[in-house]
Amino acid sequence: MNTISNNTDFLLSIESLSVSFDGFKAVNDLNLYVDENEIHVIIGPNGAGKTTVLDLICGRTKATAGSIKFRKKELTQLREHEIVREGVGRKFQNPSIYEDLTVFENLELSFPRGRSVFGALTFKRDAEVTTRVREIAEMVFLDALLNMQAALLSHGQKQWLEIGMLLIQDPELLMLDEPVAGMSVSERKQTAKLLNEITKGRSVMVVEHDMKFVEDIAHRVTVLHQGKILSEGSMAKVQADPKVIDVYLGH
Amino acid sequence: MTHVKSLLSRQELIGLLVVAALIFVVMPLSMDIFRLNLFGKYLTYAFVAIGLVLCWGKGGILSLGQGVFFGLGGYCMAMYLKLEASTPEATAIQSTPGIPDFMDWNQITSLPWFWEPFNSLTFTLLAILVIPTLFAFVIGAAMFKRRVGGVYFAIITQAIAAILTILIIGQQGYTGGVNGITDLRTLKGWDIRTDEAKYVLYYVNGGLLIAVLLLSQFVLKSKLGRLLVAVRDKEDRVRFSGYDVSNIKIFVFCFAAVLSAIGGAMFTLQVGFMSPSFVGIVPSIEMVIFCAVGGRLSIFGAVYGTLLVNWAKTTFSEIFPELWLFGLGGLFIAVVLVFPNGLSGLYRSYLAPLVDRLISRGGSSYPPEPASPPPDLDGEANAKPAE
Ligand SMILES: Nc1ncnc2c1ncn2[C@@H]1O[C@H](COP(=O)(O)OP(=O)(O)OP(=O)(O)O)[C@@H](O)[C@H]1O
Ligand SMILES: [Mg+2]
Repeated sequence: MNTISNNTDFLLSIESLSVSFDGFKAVNDLNLYVDENEIHVIIGPNGAGKTTVLDLICGRTKATAGSIKFRKKELTQLREHEIVREGVGRKFQNPSIYEDLTVFENLELSFPRGRSVFGALTFKRDAEVTTRVREIAEMVFLDALLNMQAALLSHGQKQWLEIGMLLIQDPELLMLDEPVAGMSVSERKQTAKLLNEITKGRSVMVVEHDMKFVEDIAHRVTVLHQGKILSEGSMAKVQADPKVIDVYLGH
Repeated sequence: MTHVKSLLSRQELIGLLVVAALIFVVMPLSMDIFRLNLFGKYLTYAFVAIGLVLCWGKGGILSLGQGVFFGLGGYCMAMYLKLEASTPEATAIQSTPGIPDFMDWNQITSLPWFWEPFNSLTFTLLAILVIPTLFAFVIGAAMFKRRVGGVYFAIITQAIAAILTILIIGQQGYTGGVNGITDLRTLKGWDIRTDEAKYVLYYVNGGLLIAVLLLSQFVLKSKLGRLLVAVRDKEDRVRFSGYDVSNIKIFVFCFAAVLSAIGGAMFTLQVGFMSPSFVGIVPSIEMVIFCAVGGRLSIFGAVYGTLLVNWAKTTFSEIFPELWLFGLGGLFIAVVLVFPNGLSGLYRSYLAPLVDRLISRGGSSYPPEPASPPPDLDGEANAKPAE
């Protein structure tokens, strides 16, 4: 694989990225590239730094060194909401939704309009908003539950709702941290279908432990171990890599 | 009518009408002016409690320093009234006539520069709104941009309340010290101490309270109202949905501050003085308790919570003055442990269904309407085909 690249070929280029927490290097001199319209899956043992990589991209954690370029724009200098406005969406490892609001309201708040204080005060719930909310709700299998309080959803439905909240922002890069964790088998299948559908016209980065699921969706797989890349390539290639079998898949 | 309906649900409209009837009809008819003036004083605290509903109940930002803003509003008003009361003729016996009496007692010989603009009523009215807002903005920007929140924010607001009290008491010559600014008489020549003036001020205060309720309702019904709840629930999710969370917090903190300041100014007008005992830690915490007893999430509940606690305070502190603070503490614990949703929670579980049934049986002029805020989406879909 060619790791020395000119940035413009990729949607996202991470180069020499490091972060240390009190001397502990959670991400260590990492290079990672995400193509347009690619589903790129990151796997690796617990504590490998997968979530931290996503945190670095979306600005939740500040990098100690290195660069993250998204469409030529340096993200490491931007604040979280600015990164979102550039077109990067992030789903958290635990479903992160507004439990006290309804499904409709959850999606509506994520609709990318009226994001300033004044904009929010004067925001109108017009036909464009309601149509879009419905559209997305249907995609994430929640169209019958629009008026339900989000706290009452099942775990899997909460995961879908959060994915829906990202979709309604229409990000160019969608980052999902363990989207099928805690889901039933049928919910996993539905989610895989959903991911294949939503990836049209955008790139998706997924962190996942479920190998069956990874096999279903991944275009390319990166294996992280102790903050470094252990192996990278197609699922078949990675699965056959003895280093990967040794530290991760062998268990 | 459609405007009213989008702003207030049927239950909320009833809530508002009941508050209005209480303030404008029931209380004036059933109380003498002394009691009514006392009731009006309680109502000035309700402004603070309503602000806390938005800031703390909805937005999850607990401020233990709302007395600061109540005090700023009150002091601005008091400064104007004091200057008007300190004409050279009225203060002829002072060594420096024409300045407030407490300045003279403290060997100050000319009016301090920051008192000068308070000769103007226009400036004063603007200052009542602008100074607390600016101060809240500075505190909010300093704290929320740095992601200081939760308990730390509460402690810092508490510290600010303490500092301001100490400052006011320490700078006796400029502020009237621990006694505050007293002996206020007229507003543009109109004697505010007469019974007639007290009635007028009571009604003005009531009108302002209704206006503030409507304004708060407007904020809560807007997307910003839902965002506040979202920030309270999952701040990070809001941030990662493209919002600058600190701006939302700064706004609501300023909003609560300006409401408190209006309450403070009306307090000064009705009670006739302002002192540091309404600024510090204890009054600030009391104001949070008013809001908590009311139910924290309901602006109408906040009004009743304020009235109930103050009525209890007046009644009990007449009988057992030393025990009142214990009573207040006990009340707070009871609210937190037993009725976390306060009066409005009790209302919602026991009275609201009854009221609902009564209205629908009475054949109201309103078409039935779902109680939950999201609109009838299906109706919308039928009406408007997708573009
Ligand atoms: N804010 C932080 N402060 C200190 N250490 C941290 C912080 N965030 C992550 N770490 C550490 O960095 C390492 C990588 O954590 P990370 O959450 O990225 O792992 P992960 O690959 O997502 O694991 P999992 O599969 O369990 O989710 C862990 O050892 C973790 O303890
Ligand atoms: Mg993780």
